[in-house]
Amino acid sequence: MSFPWANHYQPKHPFMQWLDSRLPLPRLVYNSVGAGYPVPRNINYWWNFGVLSGLALLIQIVTGIVLAMHFGANTLVAFDSVEHIMRDVNYGWLLRYAHANGASFFFIVVYIHIFRGLYYGSYKAPRELVWMLGVVILLLMMATGFMGYVLPWGQMSFWGATVITNLFSAIPVVGDSIVTLLLGGFAVDNATLNRFFSLHYLLPFVIAGVVILKIWSLHIPGSNNPAGIDVKGPADTLPFHPYFTAKDLFGAGVYLIVFSVFVFFLPNYLGHPDNYIPANPISTPAHIVPEWYFWPFYAILRAFTVDFILPAKLWGVLAMFAAILLLFFLPWLDGSNVKSNRFKPVSKQLFWVLMFDLLILGICGGKPAEEPWVRISQIASMYYFAHFLIILPIVSRIERPLPLPNSIAEAVLGKSEPAPANAAQPAE
Amino acid sequence: MVRLFGIAIGAVFCVVLLFAALSPREATEVDPTLAFHEHPKKVHWSWDGPIGLGVFGGYDRVQLQRGFQVYKEVCSACHSLNRIAFRNLGEIGFSEAEVKAIAKNWTHEVPTINPDTGEAATRTAIPSDKIPLVYANEIAARAANNNALPPDLSLITKARPDGSNYVYSLLSGFADVPANFPADRRPEAPLHYNPYFHSLAIAMAPPLSAGQVTYAEGQPEATVDQMSQDVAAFLTWAAEPKLEARKRAGVGVIAFLLILTTLAYLSYRRVWAGIKH
Repeated sequence: MSFPWANHYQPKHPFMQWLDSRLPLPRLVYNSVGAGYPVPRNINYWWNFGVLSGLALLIQIVTGIVLAMHFGANTLVAFDSVEHIMRDVNYGWLLRYAHANGASFFFIVVYIHIFRGLYYGSYKAPRELVWMLGVVILLLMMATGFMGYVLPWGQMSFWGATVITNLFSAIPVVGDSIVTLLLGGFAVDNATLNRFFSLHYLLPFVIAGVVILKIWSLHIPGSNNPAGIDVKGPADTLPFHPYFTAKDLFGAGVYLIVFSVFVFFLPNYLGHPDNYIPANPISTPAHIVPEWYFWPFYAILRAFTVDFILPAKLWGVLAMFAAILLLFFLPWLDGSNVKSNRFKPVSKQLFWVLMFDLLILGICGGKPAEEPWVRISQIASMYYFAHFLIILPIVSRIERPLPLPNSIAEAVLGKSEPAPANAAQPAE
Repeated sequence: MVRLFGIAIGAVFCVVLLFAALSPREATEVDPTLAFHEHPKKVHWSWDGPIGLGVFGGYDRVQLQRGFQVYKEVCSACHSLNRIAFRNLGEIGFSEAEVKAIAKNWTHEVPTINPDTGEAATRTAIPSDKIPLVYANEIAARAANNNALPPDLSLITKARPDGSNYVYSLLSGFADVPANFPADRRPEAPLHYNPYFHSLAIAMAPPLSAGQVTYAEGQPEATVDQMSQDVAAFLTWAAEPKLEARKRAGVGVIAFLLILTTLAYLSYRRVWAGIKH
């Protein structure tokens, strides 16, 4: 893997030599996230968000495993067991608030990570599979987040599950059967809660598996960089350790501070008050809203208000799934041979229009389905699809990029310079 | 090929959305009572801390005890507080003996079974019991309250937006129906007008009147405003009893992280010293 000038793992301690010759696990770590992985020297702070996503996943898994020790996945006790965690379990409040806010923060860092990929063209060849595995992770996260929100069995849990699972009934012929299969019955009930708990426990480990595939596939071409040009020689890279481990530790510290502000001082800010009311199948909340990280897609779902050959509901469901699935095709929709928006003045503007559009969609998704929000979300949804499916394929073909630097080293140093302290160093 | 497919699909979605955006809306009637809703009044709570950011500042134990008195003497006639055990009252400053006495003298007993016959029975409460329910079940509660259900108050301040201010505003906010209120929407008995309630018409009669509770000597006068604040503070504690532990831990954690992050930043700069990037 990686570049010919990458540092080689040379265990010095006899035990490490013994181990390396039998189970080269230290070698694997060294080559993956150690000094054996050369990284473009010019990557900026936006590249911290990959590692932060991994940290967020780890926090979710650790807090989730302990929460599961105290949670009762049964409609009779689920809500009470969550309150038991909050009141009677040692540091239960910390576990639950960290897990609930951890989900939001996981989405924040992953969304930023995705936007970075969009801006710098990290999805383009040769990293198409890295990007596509990332989209798989996003889908798995959405399923996990949705099912996790159902578990406390509050009003929003119950009615959110009812609304979202009902979407599948829009599918012709088999829709109703699919809903029954998802719910384990004809309405959201104990069978639903049980299977959602089971899957909510399973999927994070599936995510962890896909993360390993993603890192594996990333290490073939190595990381992209803000200039979007290929690594050409040793002067272009620095070893991951200690340069980027040091940078990532600093980034992790900043992340944990912001995260802690929410966990300890604003623990319910990102939640919905209705979820502190136990689920009641005969009382529907005035406004059913999903968690904030689904709002842009919820807005797209609700933007289809008119039957047009197909029923409006089916259009909404198709569009909501299409909005995410189209990301799989992004590497081929973008026809430009330049990756980074730094050198694409038109695409750069369009990226910021997309960010603004997503913000508008997010705001609309959190509002009740009334005017003017419905019409705004219809226009914003139109731009969303037009951006990825029409504008991007055309603009990427006709845009004239600015001249690219010859190499990363030249972009950073102004001219070529002798290779930095990057020569093979013996490992401990 | 992918691009042509993409453009075609994008065009289809855009056409459908354009059609939807241009189709006329049904005329929606604006609810004429909308303008009568009021946002909860803002109170400076003890847990908002000295600068109001909520970083420091815990509960005022004396206020919580006054609030508990209001709950016990007024609210508990209809509203349960079933997620709180009597033993928890020790956390707001009651002694062990006081907690025992409160449990023993509580108006409702705890359901149990007769150990000899196995029949349903009740017994006096002990500190480890949750505060007993007022009504045996929802039907009994509705039957006694004109078909309205008095909610359990254990989580009420977290189950409503801006909950502490909401509870305070609701309790102190009963008013006469404004003169310009739409005649066909006026709350009819047994409902009462309250601009803070989601429907403006609440089944609960104004529960507090000045001097209804006799506070201990040296405590503030028991005005409706004072009692509403006190019981809202008590219910905030009931919904979030770990608030003080949480904030204390938060200050420590963030102080630790600030030091760690500073050191991490310095070592990052040290590692990168002289490296252009």
